[in-house]
Amino acid sequence: MSSATNAHDDAHGQAHHKFHQHHFLTMAQQASSAKFGMWLFLGQEVLFFSGLFMAYFVFRALYPETWLHSAEYLSKTMGGINTVVLLYSSLTMALAVRSAQLSDKKGLIINLIQTIVCAFIFMVVKYFEYSAKFDHGFLPGALYHGHEFIPGRPELFFTVYFTMTGLHGIHVVAGIGVLFWILKRAIRGDFDSTYYIPVENVGLYWHLVDLVWIFLFPLLYLVR
Amino acid sequence: MSATTIDHSPSHAAGEHGHHDNYLVAKKGISSWIWTVDHKRLGIMYLAAVILFFIVGGLAAIAVRTELMNPTKDIMDADAYNRMFTLHGAVMVFLVIIPSIPASLGNFVLPLMLGAKDVAFPKLNLASFWVYVLGAAFFIATLVTGGVDTGWTFYTPYSIKTSSSATIALLGAFILGFSSIFTGINFLVTIHKMRAPGLTWDRLPLFVWALYATALMQVLATPVLAITLGLLVLERTIHIGIFDPVYGGDPVLFQHFFWFYSHPAVYIMIVPGFGMISELITVHSRKGIFGYKPIAISSVAIAFIGFLVWGHHLFVSSQSALAGSIFSFLTFAVAVPTAIKVFSWIATLYKGSIQYTTPMVYALSFLFLFSIGGLTGLFLGSLSVDVHLTDTYFVIAHFHYVMMGGTIIAFIGGVHHWWHKFTGKNYNEKIGVIAAIIIFVGFNVTFFTQFIFGSQGMPRRYWSYLEQYHTGHMISTYGSYLLAVGLFLALFNLLASLRNKGVAPERWRGVSLEWETATPPIEHNFESIPVVTAGPYDFPEVRAARTGNGH
Repeated sequence: MSSATNAHDDAHGQAHHKFHQHHFLTMAQQASSAKFGMWLFLGQEVLFFSGLFMAYFVFRALYPETWLHSAEYLSKTMGGINTVVLLYSSLTMALAVRSAQLSDKKGLIINLIQTIVCAFIFMVVKYFEYSAKFDHGFLPGALYHGHEFIPGRPELFFTVYFTMTGLHGIHVVAGIGVLFWILKRAIRGDFDSTYYIPVENVGLYWHLVDLVWIFLFPLLYLVR
Repeated sequence: MSATTIDHSPSHAAGEHGHHDNYLVAKKGISSWIWTVDHKRLGIMYLAAVILFFIVGGLAAIAVRTELMNPTKDIMDADAYNRMFTLHGAVMVFLVIIPSIPASLGNFVLPLMLGAKDVAFPKLNLASFWVYVLGAAFFIATLVTGGVDTGWTFYTPYSIKTSSSATIALLGAFILGFSSIFTGINFLVTIHKMRAPGLTWDRLPLFVWALYATALMQVLATPVLAITLGLLVLERTIHIGIFDPVYGGDPVLFQHFFWFYSHPAVYIMIVPGFGMISELITVHSRKGIFGYKPIAISSVAIAFIGFLVWGHHLFVSSQSALAGSIFSFLTFAVAVPTAIKVFSWIATLYKGSIQYTTPMVYALSFLFLFSIGGLTGLFLGSLSVDVHLTDTYFVIAHFHYVMMGGTIIAFIGGVHHWWHKFTGKNYNEKIGVIAAIIIFVGFNVTFFTQFIFGSQGMPRRYWSYLEQYHTGHMISTYGSYLLAVGLFLALFNLLASLRNKGVAPERWRGVSLEWETATPPIEHNFESIPVVTAGPYDFPEVRAARTGNGH
């Protein structure tokens, strides 16, 4: 968000950091601004998801028996695997930030690659899950054509399921994008103990993506 | 002379050649504007865009009023009328009022007021502008694809069924939301992290406090609108059923979601106006603000309570009587911080050297119009009265008194207040004041009439009406023409000043930091980092009076 290079600060005589942006007085001010901005962005993200969580609770209150029965058609195994995968990726992400802080370039790259691999595993598992739902006609709203008997409004359960996990999935894909960007910069050697705020910010974002899933998994899969 | 002293910061020794041109000429060529990350240029670009869309939305309003001149068809049929008032509402809310003060004036002035070189994230600021343009392009596209007839609120279930190009408009509003969020994040970080040495929180100009409260709401409320509109787009395209009773969904849920954003959005629209008025009243009456802290805190209080009152839009939408009562009570609570502001402004004027400059005339108009708008809000917040007044012209008149009589008047006043800072030119004061008075008169003729026939039962959004409302509608329409004349006069007066050569002498100045820099400001705002030693309204006159010399 705030970490592109800037070529303004060459001729000042003082030892300016390569990534010091002209309009900040110090690197410390730049870093704390970037971090605060990221937290605000995460707050915005929480409210972005909040509408869907609200819809979940409203319709669960309206059709409790639907929720009870529909959740049985979600794969607890696949959901569980994905939970473990994401938790592990949060660990590697945290280790990546620590590696950057310690100027450990090799550790940073290895941990970022592990995080990216986890993200891909998550999406592959998601693909198989979604395919199974498509095959059984467990689709949102008007598209629903499941044959198993589920009382109430199963089409609404699957609306909530697909919108929540779909929006989360979009965030995972976006996360893969920014992780690759950070990996590229890490390989170029941009990060060390004096400058690692982009790694930290991407880490914060990745933890939020993980956290949202930590709520989605029990709410959707573990109803009964 | 001023509240600040200039200190040379060590990192800026001599030798930064070419950095002292003013921002308008420092870089040349069209691409230096398109890709600019200078908050001042972006502010000017937002200003131009907002004025352009104000003209678009205003012409739609004139078309609506002209159609309502007579109960029969005047210039368009009922379908075109529905599209026209939707265009007016959507353009005015999403493209004009929300970005008006924060994104144009705020962008330009905020870093100057803080003594900063730029906002915290200049590239995000640039992105915010072009995302705004993209969202606006979607809105304009609906004009070509047949228009939208849902009203700017996109209420379900009609908005699911209507065959007009509502999806495009929804995507447009979705995109515009992100522009607003980007600006909000940028301003919050800028205010927290970029203040000059000595600029403590209780020395911030009240305009900054207002922008702070606004940005808080932009960041926390807008994403809820985004997800709501996103769901409605899915509802329209693949029928996910969440708002559609056919699949067990709930159309009223849309209203809850929508107003959870859109009521804070009302304060996103008006709170920057409050901040603007605090600047106008003090500078043009040469008096320190009365009640600095209450005014500052009340902006944040309004932002907070504003999140808890969305249910007053649902008094007649099957909401429980208990919920209605609670929302009604909370709605009344908003009146407290608002009244604190109005009384503080009036107390500021007391014994001030009031100068009837153009910005001051707008500020006084604001006090009058906003008070009417605010007080009629209490009528609508009362459960029993609201049942009678819901969906009548009383509601229309109420929110026009707040949105136009409040925000737009404050915005125009602010443009006049800082015009010299922006451009280095002086407009004709006499014509400026005359335009302000014409706007004031035209506004009241247009909308006060609507209070009267609204309370008599004239429903909103109707293409035709009973003969008993005919006179009222005619007066209102003539008033809107007068209002348009005043607005164009004000615009031409400002634009005419651009033909003047050179930098005109300053006609007024405050002591907050934006007055300390050159006019127009240099590209990097300040020659060196200013150090603040006094409050934002410690005018020389005020300090003289305080030490006894003024008596």
